[in-house]
Amino acid sequence: MDVLDLARWQFAITTVYHFLFVPITIGVTALIAIMQTFWHRTGDDHWLRLTKFFGKLFMINFALGLVTGIVQEFQFGMNWSLYSRFVGDIFGAPLAFEALLAFFLESTFLGLWIFGWDRLPKKIHLASIWLVHIGTVFSAFFILAANSFMQNPVGYTYNAQTNRAELDDFAAVLFNKVQLVTFPHVVLGAYMTAGAFVMGIALYHLRKQALDKGPDISMYRKAVRFGAIVALVASIGVLVSGDVQGKVMTEVQPMKMAAAEGLYETRSGAPFSILTIGSLDGTAARPILEVPGLLSFLGTGSFSGEIQGINDLQAADKAEFGNNPQTASASYVPVIWMTYWNFRLMMGAGFLTMLFAAMALWKTRGQGVVTSGMWKHIAIWTPLLPVLANSFGWIFTEVGRQPWLVNGLMTTETGVSTSVSATSVWISMIIYTLLYGALAVVELRLLLRYIQPGAVPVEAPKDPADRADDEPFVFAY
Amino acid sequence: MSDLSTLQIVWFVLIAVLWIGYLALEGFDFGVGMLLPILGRSHQKGAAGAADTEARKRVMLNTIGPVWDGNEVWVLTAGGAMFAAFPQWYATLFSGFYLALALILVALIVRGMGLDYRHKVDSDTWRKRWDLAITTGSFLAALLWGVGLTNIVYGSPIRPNPDVKGDYFFDGNLFTLLGVVPLIGGLTFVGLFLTHGAFFIALKTDGPIRQDARALGIKTGLVTAVLAVVLLLAINVRHGSLVSWIGTVVAAVALLGGIFMATKGREGWAFLGTFVCIAFAVVAYFGALFPNAMPTTLADGADLTLAAASSTPKTLTIMTWAAAVFTPIVLLYQGWTYWVFRKRISTKNIPAPVTVGK
Repeated sequence: MDVLDLARWQFAITTVYHFLFVPITIGVTALIAIMQTFWHRTGDDHWLRLTKFFGKLFMINFALGLVTGIVQEFQFGMNWSLYSRFVGDIFGAPLAFEALLAFFLESTFLGLWIFGWDRLPKKIHLASIWLVHIGTVFSAFFILAANSFMQNPVGYTYNAQTNRAELDDFAAVLFNKVQLVTFPHVVLGAYMTAGAFVMGIALYHLRKQALDKGPDISMYRKAVRFGAIVALVASIGVLVSGDVQGKVMTEVQPMKMAAAEGLYETRSGAPFSILTIGSLDGTAARPILEVPGLLSFLGTGSFSGEIQGINDLQAADKAEFGNNPQTASASYVPVIWMTYWNFRLMMGAGFLTMLFAAMALWKTRGQGVVTSGMWKHIAIWTPLLPVLANSFGWIFTEVGRQPWLVNGLMTTETGVSTSVSATSVWISMIIYTLLYGALAVVELRLLLRYIQPGAVPVEAPKDPADRADDEPFVFAY
Repeated sequence: MSDLSTLQIVWFVLIAVLWIGYLALEGFDFGVGMLLPILGRSHQKGAAGAADTEARKRVMLNTIGPVWDGNEVWVLTAGGAMFAAFPQWYATLFSGFYLALALILVALIVRGMGLDYRHKVDSDTWRKRWDLAITTGSFLAALLWGVGLTNIVYGSPIRPNPDVKGDYFFDGNLFTLLGVVPLIGGLTFVGLFLTHGAFFIALKTDGPIRQDARALGIKTGLVTAVLAVVLLLAINVRHGSLVSWIGTVVAAVALLGGIFMATKGREGWAFLGTFVCIAFAVVAYFGALFPNAMPTTLADGADLTLAAASSTPKTLTIMTWAAAVFTPIVLLYQGWTYWVFRKRISTKNIPAPVTVGK
């Protein structure tokens, strides 16, 4: 493999891995903040126990999101120096804003929340977790603004003197039309993920308690319903924002839309295939289960709308971009099987989550509990499905952008670092991959270990004023 | 240097400030991590000693527990600000110092995981492994930041890219970075952070560990002072400017003053001494660097100047507004955190280990 392929693999590995933890962090901080607010308002001990329980699980997850995030901040410069120099005038600012406005807020107030149970007044302690959540949402906003520039570069001019893209209109960059649909889609996806996380884990305990006639059935039922409602409402939002996203994508990245279906010839009333057997290279695909006109509807809002096909788009791109070394590419078509399947897997995982959330809500209505073996499987799968959906969605988005690094402006090939050897990338990639793999094993085992005992009874936090200086801390490293 | 705009100078200074924030804050986190096996060790023997050793380690870790993550954000902000304000600097530096930076990232990852996970399972093996991660991670990060930052200032093989207009690249490898002066830089950072960490522990704890930390900080401080003088002289001889000389003198005085105050038992002043020393060492570094982003060591190369590396005035203006509004807010709430956790910690504050599952 050459440096380009290695750099791409490295970015894919480190970013997909990092993003396994991010949506949980964004979403669960909100859910914990809400649970703690319930406790604060009602004094119901169940909500305190749930807050502390999910707080612990969240911290186990957050640690990995945090440490792998550092790699993200630096790897643009490390592996993509020509990209960094070319777009830095535009792309750097959202990253700097993210650190200044979001990361400080998130990490400082998380420290206060974790260590502050007995050292902060109750209200300030509660405000801390809300600020952590606000920090995560800011973070999502800025990094997605940066990514949206890569999907649909706006607010810039090319300066031939300096040979780079330069900022023209910062507001246009921050409120890029791709950003306006991507940001809600991703953040709602995070709430859906978090709702499913809470629901799944609580469901597991609810079933156990129901089978053992345990004392905490009502607490876990509350948690199941809370998680399921969040997951269901958020997933409806994901669906709506995703639909609008499809239309924006058809407009700014028609090739990605064509690649989502493997549609080679331009046509009106294009169908959407649920599944296909055979090759997707345009020669032998045999769709099974096709919905007539659905692709046109997803892309244009009309079942008879026209969707441009891969062949026409390839010819047009070739004519438009083929002569400039920075935009020339043998093919302007992404890897179709990747876009096709990731698109479907994303949607499938999302719909299944919705179904499970709705089933759980129905089953736990009134005094309902779950006992059958099927629910154990649902409990295990519900937290995993949205995490997978997030990954599939991003893989679709990023693979679908290829061969572009910045759509229409710079190919991935021309953005790779000047001075980095293949050996260097091999070394770092092997180290990261082994390390990330080992940490994933440790994390999962720790998570399972902490899930087992459930939301055990806890003492109500003391007022800091009543605390003696040499008393043991409620929480300590 | 006259072709630099005020905005470019402002951003050069702000990036220096971000590095000061990072090194002066995360510096004591690294110090605490490196000192874990040394200051953690109890004076008692046998089973009581083992229990006391564990309690001392936890006291140390809890001095930085609520704040280390916030401290680390300073480097993310420094990186982001370099990207936004001087993209060519970010691009040339981060791709050029590739493996060194990758190792720093690995060090920061294992250290961070250690801090977050060590207390989560009540097992000696588990703790021993994460202790190793924390200590080696802190040491490696401290050493490599020293080597890396010294290389930026002292010079590296930089040349314009013949194939891409406007691009500069690093024409070397990992071993190019291991010159004598940069290695002294690495050791100086390690020594400085050990001292800084020891004074921090002395300031934030109570009991025998407090005395031990103070005594150790005085020793490491004296060794560091010798290394720091050699390092800063070497840099000044090659790239000296008025600012870098002033930074050098203030850093040296602050370090010696801090050590002196430690001998008098004034821990707050001792910590302030190492804090100011780190801050002015960074001033010396950036003073020597100006008006370059990365000076070259190649006869046929070219310095990467700040002017050549910089973003447009428009980007710099937007960034300046953001920095002017949000930096004071960040300082306020981060400073407040230190106030919330201001009380000294002793082994009495350490709760029983968490027992979850089997």
